[in-house]
Amino acid sequence: MQAVISFMEPLFVAPIRRFGRGFLFLIRLLVRIRCSYRQISAVLTQIHSIGTRSLLLIMVSGFFVGMVLSLQGYRELAQFGATDAVGAILGLSLFRELGPVLTALLFAGRAGTSITAEIGLMKATDQLMAMDLMAIDPLTRVVLPRFMAGVLSLPVLTAVFNMMGLIGGSFYAVNIMGVDSGIFWGNMQAHIDLHADFMVGVYKSVMFGLLVSLTAVYTGFYAVPTGSGVGRATTQTVVVSAVLMLVFDFIMTSLIK
Amino acid sequence: MVSNAIKIKGLGFKRGSKTILEDINIEVPEGSMVAIMGPSGVGKTTLLQLISGQLMPNAGTIEVYGQCVSTMRHRALYKFRSNLGVLLQNGALFTDLSVYENVAIPLREHADLPEVLIRRLVLSKLHSVGLRRAVGLMPSELSGGMARRVALARAVVLDPKLVLYDEPLTGLDPITVSTLIRLMRDTNDALNMTSLIVTHDVDEMQKLADYCYIMAGSRIVGEGTPEELLRDENESVKQFVNGLVDGPVPFHYEATELHEDYLGQG
Repeated sequence: MQAVISFMEPLFVAPIRRFGRGFLFLIRLLVRIRCSYRQISAVLTQIHSIGTRSLLLIMVSGFFVGMVLSLQGYRELAQFGATDAVGAILGLSLFRELGPVLTALLFAGRAGTSITAEIGLMKATDQLMAMDLMAIDPLTRVVLPRFMAGVLSLPVLTAVFNMMGLIGGSFYAVNIMGVDSGIFWGNMQAHIDLHADFMVGVYKSVMFGLLVSLTAVYTGFYAVPTGSGVGRATTQTVVVSAVLMLVFDFIMTSLIK
Repeated sequence: MVSNAIKIKGLGFKRGSKTILEDINIEVPEGSMVAIMGPSGVGKTTLLQLISGQLMPNAGTIEVYGQCVSTMRHRALYKFRSNLGVLLQNGALFTDLSVYENVAIPLREHADLPEVLIRRLVLSKLHSVGLRRAVGLMPSELSGGMARRVALARAVVLDPKLVLYDEPLTGLDPITVSTLIRLMRDTNDALNMTSLIVTHDVDEMQKLADYCYIMAGSRIVGEGTPEELLRDENESVKQFVNGLVDGPVPFHYEATELHEDYLGQG
């Protein structure tokens, strides 16, 4: 029995325990939300730091993902003479899956890692301890603004990614391959349902924002306070948030009709 | 009669099965500067963490101004800490804030003051540590001694009743050490504070402390004024105060017999 438990521990018990701790950490953050000038100002500063500075990466990536989708879709559809449907395929792929997932992956790599490293380094250099000793709550002052900024930024960044994807896709299909502009946009409008397609992407982006931001602040806050510990936590942020995101993507896709 | 700012009775603390502190009894009178000295790794910093409520003791009580720290809940603990100044060994300045913002942060958090007044207070504290001109610098632009002085200004900006110093003089050049000693003494006397200093710097504590406790092997092995400790007959105290190699305080970390490591158990 002991052998079975020790075999199961790293496979099942440890992840469940971490999941529980992460959930409790989320509760500890949520109860600290106040509508005060200081907190709003701290969140806005972090939105600038982690959201706005991710904008260029998101825009460039979105543009090229849109172009690739159009290119692939156009080639396949051309075999059946259905190139007019490229707009609909582009919109559906972007809004339902690729927009939220790719934006969240890019965000985890660009902003999530920087949040983890920043908090982890503050811990390693005793800054969080100093704050605690000055009766300043590190969760309220350091962790919460970064978490909130991540949660609020990701849906907006997803919208920007989708917009750039559409621009990139239409540029390839309309300007390079000569698909009629009216048909391209008209088909997209006809085949995309606001609730079934567009809003699903919005729900996903909100959930992914929560997952990536929570993973980033949690791994940073509980990082081993050494150089290698912070490095490991940074890697963990990308790995854990990517896996969580893909699992939740499947769950949400199967649940939302 | 002077009352005690800190009163520690029968304090014990363990990490796992390892005893870090055992039967510690310390009294720190109000307005005094008391030093806790001892070799590295003896549990001095742990003692500070217990006094500031970062750790909970396994035995005994810690009273600070009549309040028992170890039974305080989160809110009461933060209220207690807002009257406490702490200078950590590395200064622990916030690296993304300027010197000005570092010193201003306790005022912004705990005192509802207009910005004009905050600026005056910050500048006056920085002036008292000789760094008024460094107000716009970032912590990365400061030397080790300057960072420690900024941290001192931050620790006393709210005029706390009690200041805890964790190895405040370690790794500093002699001029900075003398400057900091003078600053610590002046600040303590001018603001009528109480100071508890954790250090292993015997020579400097002779100049600074009113009373000293010496720790060895998880316990207090000697106490008295700096002059009394120089004449103390306890072997551990004599070894520490005179920096002797041979004595009851071992050089080697607890280990098995040497031949067991080299030749194996068999």
